[in-house]
Amino acid sequence: MKYVDEYRDPIKVRTLLDEIGASLTRPWVLMEICGGQTHAFLHHGLDEMLPSQLELVHGPGCPVCVTPLEQIDRALEIAARPEVIFTSYGDMLRVPGSTRDLFAVRAAGGDVRVVYSPLEAVTLAEGHPERQVVFFAIGFETTAPANAMAVLQAHQKGLKNFSVLVSHVRVPPAIEAILGSSSNRVQAFLAAGHVCAVMGYHEYPPIAQKYRVPIVVTGFEPVDLLRGVLAAVRQLEAGRFEVENAYERAVTFEGNRPAQAVIQRVFQPVDRKWRGIGVIPQSGWGLRPEFDEFDAEKRFPVGQIQTQESPLCIAGEILQGLKKPPQCSAYGVQCTPQTPLGAPMVSAEGACAAYYRYHRQVEND
Amino acid sequence: MCLGIPAKIVEIYPQGDLKMAKVDFGGVMKEVCLEYVPEAKVGDYCLIHVGFAISLMDEEEAQETLKLIGEVAAIEDELASEAGSDEVR
Repeated sequence: MKYVDEYRDPIKVRTLLDEIGASLTRPWVLMEICGGQTHAFLHHGLDEMLPSQLELVHGPGCPVCVTPLEQIDRALEIAARPEVIFTSYGDMLRVPGSTRDLFAVRAAGGDVRVVYSPLEAVTLAEGHPERQVVFFAIGFETTAPANAMAVLQAHQKGLKNFSVLVSHVRVPPAIEAILGSSSNRVQAFLAAGHVCAVMGYHEYPPIAQKYRVPIVVTGFEPVDLLRGVLAAVRQLEAGRFEVENAYERAVTFEGNRPAQAVIQRVFQPVDRKWRGIGVIPQSGWGLRPEFDEFDAEKRFPVGQIQTQESPLCIAGEILQGLKKPPQCSAYGVQCTPQTPLGAPMVSAEGACAAYYRYHRQVEND
Repeated sequence: MCLGIPAKIVEIYPQGDLKMAKVDFGGVMKEVCLEYVPEAKVGDYCLIHVGFAISLMDEEEAQETLKLIGEVAAIEDELASEAGSDEVR
C-alpha cells in the first residue's frame, strides 16, 4: 500500500535507529500521547530496538480509555431502552462499566450496533423513524469532524429520532495537565499525527515555550515514529524546545480548515472528566446549545449514576504515564483482554492491551 | 480510534448534499465522505478515519521524507566504507 509500505522499510528503520543512537548522550523521557502510536511502537518492536537510555512513556491518547465511567454507565442505561438503537464504534462494546458492558446489554436484548462511520447512524435513523437512534460520540479531535458532520446532517434532515451521547476530548489541554503536574517526568512529546491532520499544530508552540519541551508531530509507521523520536532527541540534546513536524505528508501547520469549521459550528469547549485522571478544564467538546435537541443526555435522562471502578485497576496511573502495565498486580492475572478490569486493557489504543498483546506473545515464544 | 489509513480515491459522487467517494484500501473498497477534502480528485490518496477523508496525502512531501532518509543512509555507508578501508590500511 502506497504511503505505508515505504515507511516500513527495514533499511530506513535501521538508518534512523543508528542516527538516534549517535545523537544520544544521556537518558531522556519521551511521551507518545496517542495510544495508536503506543501500539505501533510495540507491534513493530521499536521500543526494544531503541537505545535503553531512551524511555518511552505512554500517554492518555486512548479515547476509549478516558471516556468517564459515568458516561459508559449512561450509555448502558440508554442502550437498554426498548425504543433505542444504540450505535457505537466497535471498540466501545467491551469497555467495562460499573457492572456490565454494551455486549452484555446486547446479550440481554438491547439493540446495540457497531458502525464504521457516524453517517451510518444517521442513515439508520432515517430508515427507522419509529425508533430512537443514539450514537456514542466519543474520541479526540480526529473523530470530531465525523461526529460533528453526523449531527449537522441530522439537523439539516430535520431528524427527530437521532441523538448523540457526547464525550469528546482534546489533546492540548491533556498535554498541559501532564506538564503542569508535580509528578511529571516527560521531557518531550510526540504529538498525535492524525489529531494534527485535523487540527494542525498551531496550538502547540505556546505549550512548548511555556514548559520548555520539544513537541514533534509524528506519524504511525515505523519510519514515521523513528523520525519523530530522532527530531525530539536532537532538540533535547541541543537544548531546544520547538514544535516540529515529522509527518509532513499528512499534516500542515493550519490543519484541515473545513473540518475545524464544522467542529466549531457543532461543538464548544467544555470542562471534561477523564476516566482515571479527573476533570481537566476546557479539555472536551460538548454540543453547542443550538444542537441541544440532539443531546442524548437531555433526551434520555437516566437520573443519578453511582459508579464503581475496580479497586484493583490502576488505569489512572497508566494513563498519566506514572506506571507501566506490568507494574499493576492485576495485569495478565485478573485483568486480560478477555476479562478486562479497566478500559486500557480493552482498547486497540490502550497501553495495557498493547503490552499484553505484544510482550506476552514474545514471552510465550 | 485515531488510526487513519491511506486510501486511493476510485470514484467520486454526490449523496444527498455530501461529496462521497469509493476508495481502495489496498484491495478493500469502502465508501467515505470527502466533505473535508473538497479539492480531492480520483487517483488522489487520502487519509481515512471513521469514514471520512481528513487529509489529502502530499506526494511531494512524502518523496522528500524518503529522499532525506536515503541521503543519510548513503552518507553512513560512505563513512562505513571509509572506516573499513582505514582498517585495511
